[in-house]
Amino acid sequence: MDNKSAFHGSAEQKARLTAVIEESRSTPGCLMHVLQEAQGIYGYLPIEVQTMIAEGLGISLSEVYGVATFYSQFSLKPKGKHRISVCLGTACYVKGSDKILAEVEKQLGIKCGECTEDGLFSIDSCRCVGACGLAPVMMIDEEVYGRLKPESVKEILDKYREAK
Amino acid sequence: MEKMVNLKINGISVTVPEGTTILQAARKAHIEIPTLCFLKDVSCAGSCRMCVVEATGARGLVAACVYPVAEGMEVRTNTDKCRRSRKMTLELFLSKHKKKCLSCERNHNCELQKLSLGYSVDEDRFKGEDFVLPIDLSTPYVVRDNDKCINCMRCVAACRKQHVNAIGPIGRGFNVHIGSAFDRPLSESPCVGCGQCIVACPVGALSENSTVDEVWDALGDGTKKVVFFTAPSVRATLGEAFDMPIGTNVEGKMVAAIRRLNPYAVFNMDVTADLTIMEEASELINRIKTNKPMPMFTSCCPAWIKFVEQTYPEFIPQLSTCKSPQQMFGALLKSYWCEKHGIDPKTLYVVSVIPCTAKKYECKREQMAGDVDAAITTRELARMIKTAGIKFNELPDEEFDNPFATASGAGTIFGATGGVMEAALRTAAHMLDGNFEVLDFFAVRGTQPIKEATYLVAGHTLRVAVTSGLENARTLLESIKSGAKKYDFVEIMACPGGCVNGGGQPTLSDSIRNSVELKEARAKALYTSDVHNELRRSADSPVMDVLYDEFLGFPNSHKAHEILHTSYKENKKI
Repeated sequence: MDNKSAFHGSAEQKARLTAVIEESRSTPGCLMHVLQEAQGIYGYLPIEVQTMIAEGLGISLSEVYGVATFYSQFSLKPKGKHRISVCLGTACYVKGSDKILAEVEKQLGIKCGECTEDGLFSIDSCRCVGACGLAPVMMIDEEVYGRLKPESVKEILDKYREAK
Repeated sequence: MEKMVNLKINGISVTVPEGTTILQAARKAHIEIPTLCFLKDVSCAGSCRMCVVEATGARGLVAACVYPVAEGMEVRTNTDKCRRSRKMTLELFLSKHKKKCLSCERNHNCELQKLSLGYSVDEDRFKGEDFVLPIDLSTPYVVRDNDKCINCMRCVAACRKQHVNAIGPIGRGFNVHIGSAFDRPLSESPCVGCGQCIVACPVGALSENSTVDEVWDALGDGTKKVVFFTAPSVRATLGEAFDMPIGTNVEGKMVAAIRRLNPYAVFNMDVTADLTIMEEASELINRIKTNKPMPMFTSCCPAWIKFVEQTYPEFIPQLSTCKSPQQMFGALLKSYWCEKHGIDPKTLYVVSVIPCTAKKYECKREQMAGDVDAAITTRELARMIKTAGIKFNELPDEEFDNPFATASGAGTIFGATGGVMEAALRTAAHMLDGNFEVLDFFAVRGTQPIKEATYLVAGHTLRVAVTSGLENARTLLESIKSGAKKYDFVEIMACPGGCVNGGGQPTLSDSIRNSVELKEARAKALYTSDVHNELRRSADSPVMDVLYDEFLGFPNSHKAHEILHTSYKENKKI
């Protein structure tokens, strides 16, 4: 679970998280909520953020980490500027979305769940975006790309690279 | 009045209070239901499914450890359905269990092994994904081999019970494993090294970081003089490793067994427990007379010290500066004793036998490293005795070697919660008032969470408190911090019940721990020894006279400070 890139949290982010902790700490079982808010603020949950939560809520870091690693929605790794989400739901899968995911991974040189070194892209998989008619599908940020073929992946990614 | 419930278990009528679980009720009917994740006073997760039984009114099998009884209920614990379910559960555990039983230190003392045999499992029925998780060897106190772990969570529950929370479950589903936050090595976690996780483990996933091989090497090295000394509580528990009843005092056989390992000498650590009292009682009186911040806290327990340094550094100035008996002994042997006998301290190899895993860390603390070369647990000593082919149960009773043989009963009771306090009170009260003759301080004995007492001695009011288990320690510290409680002297031991229940003591299976009051039974052996000892006060021990006359001068002298006292420093960990 090593997170290679250094943590860059701003004072403003810290103030927001502190406020969330303050308003939640008296509610039993608030940890998941706080983690969710923290991920909204920072984009992911590195050790620095989880430590702030543990100290703020007066619980141990191991407890925070246990919950953070139990739910797949929580990410311990930073997300890219552009978040790629390849659908591995049933319809997309039978239409070969595993090959789409493999191609995205190959193009970017990272694995699903990781972020490129320049911070431009991160890859995740998801289960159904409700566009089964367009299978196989992937999303980049809020944009949906359908009827994908492995050959078309590079061209799509290039659009974002150029827009950088 | 408690409402009673009538039920039948395997056809036998039982009457138990409402709210009793099926597991407890079954014990009353002399029926044992197998358990794995359940451990009295520690863990009750209801998750392992070993204790499943059939009960009328329930759908499917229920977990007896958490399922409450009901009026008219009929329970069947031993049906084909139950047995098949348990067998399947065991086979699933074994699907990803590293089955290196032959060399496992829990071989013949493993709950999984015992149950697997009982249920005639096929250990290879399911082939799980081969997981190879790293073995955590980062600390001198606890080694974790997660490939042997069955995720019963008893270690996590023990750690939570201690309010240390150094470990927890990580991940989900098949990937779940137990570890420290961010999968960091245990050395970077807030673990205090108490070892309660080890004695809670049903299998061989947790053990001490053994130094037995180093001790064997030293024993075989002709240029070294190997000296052993044994902590007070070891005599009360070592017999368990040789199938003796819990609470048997095996002091004589223990000395005889160690002597047959062929060391240069076998000494009694109760002597430096006495010495600790001489120093600590003097320190306490000095603090009272000079109006230093109170209370003063005992400092014999290294896990407690580590806990203060990490979690409550504000109390560091109130810790007694006395080294623990282990460290006093090491320091004394390598100075006074070597000097007296013309031995080069470099050739002396000091082995302490302790009920504790944190002592393995203590002897490596930078403030006093080198005084004790190896600290081995009661379990490790038992293993050495077995390896050496010594027939422990047949040994004669032998005596410790002089000059560190004779100790007071006060030194012996160090091994039980309240023992250090009582020992200190016996001597401190007598130092303050030579006519003070009380020797038994019953209020500080026993396993209640927090014990308090007030004594009036020579015009001084001594308010004392004793606790064990870091959960209770936290409660006590918070009440002191908030000003709700005021004391002059506080004894804290990290392990519930004190050293008799230490993390280095023989590991007993759940079927024993769930039915015996372990802490009380072991402590009784020490208090019985105390009562039968002619010397009840540390200050009355002739060995103390010799040590102070020949070497140390007087308690808290400059020399005593140099050799017998230490310092602490903040080390915050989360």
